[in-house]
Amino acid sequence: MARYVTRRVLFLLLTLLLTSLIIFTVTQYLPGDVARIVLGREAGEEQLQAYREEFGLNDPLPVQYLNWLTNFVNGDWGISYSTRTEIFPLVMERLHNSLMLAALTMFIGVPLAVLLGVIAGLKEDSRWDNLISISSLSVVGLPEFVTGIILIEIFARKLGWFPANSSIEPGSTFMEALPMLVLPAMAATLVLLAYIVRLTRAGVVEELREPYVRTAELKGLSKSSVVFKHVLRNALMPTITIVAISFGWMISGLIVVENVFNYPGVGRLMVFAIDRRDLPLLQALTMVTVLGFALANLLADILYAYLDPRIRLS
Amino acid sequence: MSDSPPVLDITSLTVAYENEDVWQTAVRDLDLRIEAGQTYGLVGESGSGKTTVALAVMRYLGSSGRIVSGSILFNGLDMVALKEEELRGVWGKEIALVPQNPQSALNPSMRVGEQIAEILRRHAGLDRREAMARAEELLCMVRVPDPQRVLHSYTHQISGGMQQRVLIAMALSTEPALLILDEPTTGLDVTTQAAILDLFREITAERQTAVLYVTHNLGVVSALCDRVAVLYAGELVEDARVGELFHFPYHPYTEGLLDSIPQIGQKKTEAILHAIPGQIPPLGERLEVCVFAPRCALAIEECSTQRPDLETAASDHQVRCYRWREISRGEITTHQSAPDLIPVQSPGDGETVLLTEDLKVYYGLRRSLTEMLRRQPGRVVKAVDGVDLTLGKARTLGIVGESGSGKTTLARAVVGLAEKTDGEIQLLDMQLPAGLSSRTLDTLRHVQYVFQNPDDALNPHMTIGQTLQRPFISLLGMSSKEAAGQVSEMLRIVRLPKSYADRYPNQLSGGEKQRVAIARAFATSPDLLIADEPVSALDVSVQASILNLLNDLQNETRNSLILISHDLAVVGYLADQVAVMYLGQIMEISDAARIFEAPMHPYTEALLAAIPTIDPDSAVSHQEPLQGDVPSQIDPPSGCPFHPRCPRDLGDICRTEEPVWQENEFGDRIYCHIPLGELQSVQQMLKEA
Repeated sequence: MARYVTRRVLFLLLTLLLTSLIIFTVTQYLPGDVARIVLGREAGEEQLQAYREEFGLNDPLPVQYLNWLTNFVNGDWGISYSTRTEIFPLVMERLHNSLMLAALTMFIGVPLAVLLGVIAGLKEDSRWDNLISISSLSVVGLPEFVTGIILIEIFARKLGWFPANSSIEPGSTFMEALPMLVLPAMAATLVLLAYIVRLTRAGVVEELREPYVRTAELKGLSKSSVVFKHVLRNALMPTITIVAISFGWMISGLIVVENVFNYPGVGRLMVFAIDRRDLPLLQALTMVTVLGFALANLLADILYAYLDPRIRLS
Repeated sequence: MSDSPPVLDITSLTVAYENEDVWQTAVRDLDLRIEAGQTYGLVGESGSGKTTVALAVMRYLGSSGRIVSGSILFNGLDMVALKEEELRGVWGKEIALVPQNPQSALNPSMRVGEQIAEILRRHAGLDRREAMARAEELLCMVRVPDPQRVLHSYTHQISGGMQQRVLIAMALSTEPALLILDEPTTGLDVTTQAAILDLFREITAERQTAVLYVTHNLGVVSALCDRVAVLYAGELVEDARVGELFHFPYHPYTEGLLDSIPQIGQKKTEAILHAIPGQIPPLGERLEVCVFAPRCALAIEECSTQRPDLETAASDHQVRCYRWREISRGEITTHQSAPDLIPVQSPGDGETVLLTEDLKVYYGLRRSLTEMLRRQPGRVVKAVDGVDLTLGKARTLGIVGESGSGKTTLARAVVGLAEKTDGEIQLLDMQLPAGLSSRTLDTLRHVQYVFQNPDDALNPHMTIGQTLQRPFISLLGMSSKEAAGQVSEMLRIVRLPKSYADRYPNQLSGGEKQRVAIARAFATSPDLLIADEPVSALDVSVQASILNLLNDLQNETRNSLILISHDLAVVGYLADQVAVMYLGQIMEISDAARIFEAPMHPYTEALLAAIPTIDPDSAVSHQEPLQGDVPSQIDPPSGCPFHPRCPRDLGDICRTEEPVWQENEFGDRIYCHIPLGELQSVQQMLKEA
């Protein structure tokens, strides 16, 4: 197991290094002169030259890359072109918000979806199965802005349970933010719902047909022992890995949901950076996104190995 | 017959499965009684309904199966009337099942010990600690050599034989009154099978357990069972004591089944195998006729207009056939009156078709991180480790050995599917390069392969005709029009009707598919055909016809044949020469007739002793079955690879020195330290004893 994890971590580091190289190279070839963008149209050639000298823009590319990478690792992510402030605290605040939203989705929404999938799978082809499968499938067709608006209509306007606008204050704690997190988390869950339900249902249905389940049943174990001790552990393996991977998506991929609810997460900051052609900010956000996905993948791999002794012990 | 009430009493049981709103009968009017201490064999081919009976006894038929009528009394308990909760109190406690395919019958993500312990906690009221202690005792009882390790292992960490022992330990843990064994040794090596059968014999005798043994293997039945019931298409056709049934079968189907299995020592030069034509009918509505009539050589008009009753032919012998009286008096028989012998070619002029010299196939394992950092070389699996073979024209070489012996890898290396690491492969006058991609079309044409499972070997999206055209186009360079012209000829030589050219593989039975696979292999008139377990996926009654076909074709085309099989009787029947492999090396290579008569190598001897024969009177072999498993190919034992399991181990020399090849006056060769003369005199003594 230790060897497996070491291997995975090394792969992760390699991936990150490669991505940083790609991001750096791509930004080099984007049109536009950094010094000109920063100093504005009025700056003279001398000023531009001085700026380039100061920030090492005249150095050979490998040196520039190494500098950039070292700074990035040390938390010096540069200055945003558009807000003229340090990028690091800006991104961290948004990341904090995104993580709160992801956590709520992950620990309340996703388990509910898994539960529905398990019920559907155990009662294959029953009325419950049909109800769950059809309703989760019909939701997945709807884009997030539609489900978002419907949620706002029902839970904010009609019932008044939760606020429609989720623009939380900077530095809010989880408990303070909670009421405003509920609706965006519901919207995010609905996106994943059909996917998770189907995967879970298929896993349970498939596992129930395995001969070892018959062995367990014919030992005379109670139905619940058969399901909880034998079936679920094996049936949920694919679901758990997919859920772990989708954690990466929740951090930076909830662009539409964040927009509908006006939620200050990483996704909206990304849209902002693209709008303003804010390259340093975009670079930083891309790195954070990649890191998020890579960590989520690592988590998935480790979980899978932990749950499946055939991987863990070989 | 004892007067005590039977443990299991099944009366006119009818079971059906629902398939797309139609109820299809799987078992019809079955009567069966098993007494305490009795081992009852239930024999049938796939589709006979034998597993359905086993599951119906436990009332575990799934959502689509239903007991339509009849009663099942278990120790006086009406199983049909029990509610699900009540059944769970019977399952595992009173009736236990040992399933087939132990690997998939155990939970892959739960430790073995826990899986045994949970049944004890449920039925014996033990707590976790007590249950684990008891589980260890049970593993000792089923002779698991290292119970502590096995308890803490996961399924994939122990061998198939150990997995089956675990399942047996589980089934015996609550001392059930009825044990149902569903093909428990299918898929295991003969040596492992022999050990498991020994175990059953001992344990059930000791505890007076009633046993229902479901199998297709008549040899196993004769080795283990007291009584046997023969099932065909869901009906019991014959039921008798084992000795009686094997010596005096009254039903044409039973007679056919017994004849279709080659017996150890039976040769193709003596008699062709008796095959039952046709195939078992699929599930469906059963008419009031004899279900076997369409395949029966003795059928009369009555057979296809009315249904015969199960009649008592002799005390304790029941049969469902209108003509059993004539059969019992020997007036009629399904044996062909004059078996038309296939003239077997003389060994030929000694022209060599295949020659391998010091052939090695090693697979490298991926190096671990520490190995990479320490710059250690990666470990290798020595699948084939220095094999010398010579095969003459029109000759048949059989290769036998336990799983992991390297027999399939050897064949794949010859045909090019596995790349040799070292050594020579010479076909006719050509030196063959290692991989398929480096061989010319011309060499491919000369060697063809028939795979074990015809379902996987035929493309399901191509018609039989298209499949058969392929070798003509790709290997012989014909146009597709010319190739199409060859199809009916290919179908003819494998005795299939021309109309099959337009069918898809799923419209054919298993035996027919294997015929197509053989036709495809013969399209290029190969000099060498390699058949890897060509009949092991087929039903017993169909196997014989495929073996006869291979024999026929060899006589017509004079091809050489390499036949790989775990079934020594099959190999013995077709082969002229037999090579016995163990851990990638050949242990003995001898004339087929002599090797069965007097095996020389201790490993050959042990393999042969492990085979259950269908002659219930044959002296049960007193040789202890081989213990332990085949060692790992990564780190094979030093000296002679067989020494850790060898019953005739000489001591240090076997452990430290590699044996030298010894040859007798007939050219039979063995790889062993024990002097030839000594081994031969042992066999002589055994024969005289």
